[in-house]
Amino acid sequence: MLPELGHFALILAMLLAALQAFFGIAGPALGRDRWTAAVTPAVAGQFVMVSTAVACLIASFVANDFSVTYIAENSNSALPIFYRVTAMWGAHEGSLLLWIFLLGCWTVAVTIGVSRLPTRFAARVLGVLGLVSFGFLLFTLATSNPFLRLDPPAPDGRDLNPILQDPALAIHPPILYTGYVGFAVAFAFACAAMLEGRMDQMWARWTRPWTTSAWAFLSIGIALGSWWAYYELGWGGYWFWDPVENASFMPWLVGTALIHSLAVTDKRGLFKSWTLLLAVLAFSLSLLGTFLVRSGVLVSVHSFAADPTRGIFILAFLIVMIGGALTLYAWRAPLLKSQAGFELVSRESFLLFNNILLVIGAATVFGGTMAPLISDALGLGTLSVGTPYFNPTFMLSMLPLLALLSLGIHANWKRGHLGAAQRTILTTLVIAAIAGVILVFGVYSHGKVLSPVAATLGAWIILSSLVDPIDRIRRKLSLPRSVIGMSVAHIGLGIFVLSVTTVESFTLERDVALGQGERAVVGNYEFRFAGVKPIEGPNYNGVEGTVVVTRHGVPTSVVYPQKRQYWVQRQVTTEAAIEMHHGSNVFVALGDELGAGKWSVRFQIRPLVNFLWLGAFIMAVGGAIAATDRRYRTARQAAAAPVATPGVAEEGAG
Amino acid sequence: MTPRRKRLVLVLGIIAGVSVAGALALSAFRQNVTFFFDPTQVTSGAVATGERFRLGGMVTKGSVQRAPGSLEVHFVVTDFKHDVPVSYTGVLPDLFREGQGVVAHGKMSGTTFVADEVLAKHDEKYMPPEVAKSLKKRQAESATPGGA
Repeated sequence: MLPELGHFALILAMLLAALQAFFGIAGPALGRDRWTAAVTPAVAGQFVMVSTAVACLIASFVANDFSVTYIAENSNSALPIFYRVTAMWGAHEGSLLLWIFLLGCWTVAVTIGVSRLPTRFAARVLGVLGLVSFGFLLFTLATSNPFLRLDPPAPDGRDLNPILQDPALAIHPPILYTGYVGFAVAFAFACAAMLEGRMDQMWARWTRPWTTSAWAFLSIGIALGSWWAYYELGWGGYWFWDPVENASFMPWLVGTALIHSLAVTDKRGLFKSWTLLLAVLAFSLSLLGTFLVRSGVLVSVHSFAADPTRGIFILAFLIVMIGGALTLYAWRAPLLKSQAGFELVSRESFLLFNNILLVIGAATVFGGTMAPLISDALGLGTLSVGTPYFNPTFMLSMLPLLALLSLGIHANWKRGHLGAAQRTILTTLVIAAIAGVILVFGVYSHGKVLSPVAATLGAWIILSSLVDPIDRIRRKLSLPRSVIGMSVAHIGLGIFVLSVTTVESFTLERDVALGQGERAVVGNYEFRFAGVKPIEGPNYNGVEGTVVVTRHGVPTSVVYPQKRQYWVQRQVTTEAAIEMHHGSNVFVALGDELGAGKWSVRFQIRPLVNFLWLGAFIMAVGGAIAATDRRYRTARQAAAAPVATPGVAEEGAG
Repeated sequence: MTPRRKRLVLVLGIIAGVSVAGALALSAFRQNVTFFFDPTQVTSGAVATGERFRLGGMVTKGSVQRAPGSLEVHFVVTDFKHDVPVSYTGVLPDLFREGQGVVAHGKMSGTTFVADEVLAKHDEKYMPPEVAKSLKKRQAESATPGGA
């Protein structure tokens, strides 16, 4: 009965989403206040229905109901209960339901958050969110229903893909999707402002905490995916420029541009039309991400689902949503005229450069991701674009961005000279250059041409970000959360840049054939292979190698890399052994049995690689701090009576 | 400088920057794109000598051979019309198996394809799309002899 109940709840949710969209958009447009007032109950009803559907699906997974096709394909009675719950979003159908559920969560949070805003504007925001939700519910019910029954029921399930049976990947999709879906909120605010024809600074201020929260979630989601790929896929890489990775990275880049551009619109009332356009673009790229990942059109690590009809539906949905928003933009944009001006070296210009460089970066990633698709469609041959293209072109826009960040952070709004900041800029640059050179040539002994440059830029960002908070504390000025958040996020970026530099410059890597008792030397480390023994887990068996690690002749540890074969899908996975010593990650992965008692083993030493994910996490923490700044709350409190608001603050911190 | 002039400088600077970036990206793109070929295209001489490309097809059953204890492995990639022998030194991916789809990066050395990277990035029920497409095409050709 549970699957039918879930299916029915989903249909009701779709009808309620349609009502939410209709009342939210038509009510304010026709001036019918009773329609407008019906939006909130529709939101609540839809959320209850979607939650019911999610609960039904999870309960059916836990109960091993293999009469449901989706569960039979993605679960198994031997699967541990934790993964039976997370298997709910292990494939296409369930992850769409997850998407809808998270959109529901955001919508409820927005409903609480916008209750202090003008009623009509709030209704329009919720109406646009209802439209997005309706589209996804229709898509799910029409092409990807997770509740369809299997007749006759399967005796047992085909199991969750073994590489997805992992704690980090279990929580990666919900967090990534929370970020993706969060840009729908920025999109809804932009559309509401355009529908209203009132695109003043207020909408930007109202949107900022939402957009920053979504951006923080997306940052953590991408970092988790990268970390998972590093330890689980057995290649030891952290970023492959895979289409699916790019699909989440493009909205992140444009989202980063958006949070900076929103700052200018909020504080100075400039870049208004550009900000609107970025809000539409960020959400379009989120939708495109879904299209790329879920239609299986590209060669990709993660493309588990391959179904063209779904792709066509998403494409149509994309055209309706984006086309609609752009039409609205074309209609309303002529109303926008910025009155204020700004000088060449003001903070506004630096943020303008930030936006241009981030959008160029996103465009180069977009070009590389779409080129194989376009070439194939035009019959120009099947081509592939990889790291040799992405690394240099992406760096081309990112290196100036990093340099301008350390300058721009000292610039004032409106005024046109760096004046007193010149000394600070020079001092921090010199210290950063010394630190960078010491890191590249002192701590590690060699390097590429760009290594000292990138290390300097990373250190410079960290130092420059510290100047303003320290100055405020010394002068006993107030230190608002927006300033702390910005500094923390920029320090995170600096740490990230330093880490990428050392990893890309100083990684050592060797594939070796080793018999029992044989040794391999990689950098300062020596590895002695002490043979393999069989192991057995709850739903797999395999072999475990024993490798003794010594550094400079001193034994440091013994590691146990595994090779597992999962029973149901007969799939082999590599469980690399990873340990951190002196800031470097030592990575040992067991390869194949080569005969003659030998095994292939992969060794990697990646210096400071953990700081890469730590840097991304710090960026997200910075975003969360900035999203809880008081001025967003007081801006809302001005509009209505004070009621406890679980909206933005808890959302960002979680 | 008047504000108008400043804006002009700013706009010109941005245009110059964007065009330089575009030109560099395009040249990086031209140099770093690799094409995909199947064994039929390789044996018919569609690949320029010394060109790096991606070879895709099925790993012929029983073709995987290695000298005991050596990292060097030899196997045959087929589209069921033509075969290309491949040699590779290193750790093979988890999903590499005889009778399954594979994509390898590298170049031809004589009649052997020397791979520096072997990918089998798909899961069990899934085949690399370009391999699936090539196999379909070759199958269609056998069904209509004398066709393209």
